Amino acid sequence: MTRWTVRGIIADTLPVLVVLTIVELGSGLVLDTFQETLLQYPSLLVLVPITIGMAGNLGSIMASRLSTATHLGLLSFEPTDETLLANALATVGLAATLFPVVGAGAWGVQSLVGQTVLPVATVVVIATLCGGILALLAVVVTITTTYVAFRAGADPDDVVLPVVTNSCDVLGVLVLFGVVRLLV
Amino acid sequence: MSIRETATEAYREALPVVVLSAAGGLFSGVVLGEMEAELAAVPGLLLLVPALLATRGNVYGSLGARLASALHQGLIEPRLDLDDDRTRAAVAAAMANGILISCFAGVVGFALLSVLAREHASLVTLLGIALIAGAVSGLLLTVAVVVVVFLGYRRGLNPDTLAGPVVTTTGDVIGVATLLAAARIVLALGGG
Repeated sequence: MTRWTVRGIIADTLPVLVVLTIVELGSGLVLDTFQETLLQYPSLLVLVPITIGMAGNLGSIMASRLSTATHLGLLSFEPTDETLLANALATVGLAATLFPVVGAGAWGVQSLVGQTVLPVATVVVIATLCGGILALLAVVVTITTTYVAFRAGADPDDVVLPVVTNSCDVLGVLVLFGVVRLLV
Repeated sequence: MSIRETATEAYREALPVVVLSAAGGLFSGVVLGEMEAELAAVPGLLLLVPALLATRGNVYGSLGARLASALHQGLIEPRLDLDDDRTRAAVAAAMANGILISCFAGVVGFALLSVLAREHASLVTLLGIALIAGAVSGLLLTVAVVVVVFLGYRRGLNPDTLAGPVVTTTGDVIGVATLLAAARIVLALGGG
């Protein structure tokens, strides 16, 4: 039963928020580790919010579609399941078409408002590689979380979204860190 | 339907929302890029960025979901005056959560940096920035969520599908913009 007093709502939601915030501070620690690189190359700093947010968005859209399919009994969690494959394909497709544009956009706006140090091609490659890796990770995290919630008898709508968005946030920072280390 | 058709349908359905949130993300990225000086002046501020941005989504996204469910169940009326006890409680709890959790992030972030012996600004500076950014963004996002969910519902739109994209897009933009404003205020007051 949903409680509707200020105290009740805070008691219901604050513990989860505390856990999620600690997880997010962990990814903040990774950002802090490569702060110097980010400040040196402002077009990478521009990529930070979008890399963090986009994986979570892709994951949450896929999660809500899978939740609905689970509710309707349309999902079997077999590796050959068509709904599963189609949604995974759509998620990877969205990332593959959007992230190159995002990289070019980040470089473009940064060159308008400030100066860019990295060539546009490098920023596009970084964004595209991040997007591709993140889309695959978002697919894995979303399918795993939905499956575990489904098996545990929990309503995927309640559990899956916060888990998927927050773990994708952390993965976003880690992947950006890895790709920047590799290419810059 | 074949896999290809289902995938195309899922792609088409998601594309507008994803493009919109990419635009929002790019905008908040530009603001973060503009924050170079503040990030350098307040060591440890970058550490707070993911936590503070996620807070906006977690707290005000759940406010949107709560209001949307209550509208569907007929528990609240889609009116903008704050006479309704339930609406008032949900809004007050969300803002309290938002401010409490921002301060928590500031304190734990400071403790983490101290324990790891990394360079960091003073506790008052980090806490002050988290508090100001948490309060201002909370106020703005509450207004955005309540207005969009209620107006959307009155126009016959499903508030469930409306609240999510609104919070993720405006949350990042408002989150980074208020962080920049808060950092400038605290630095102007002599923090660092």
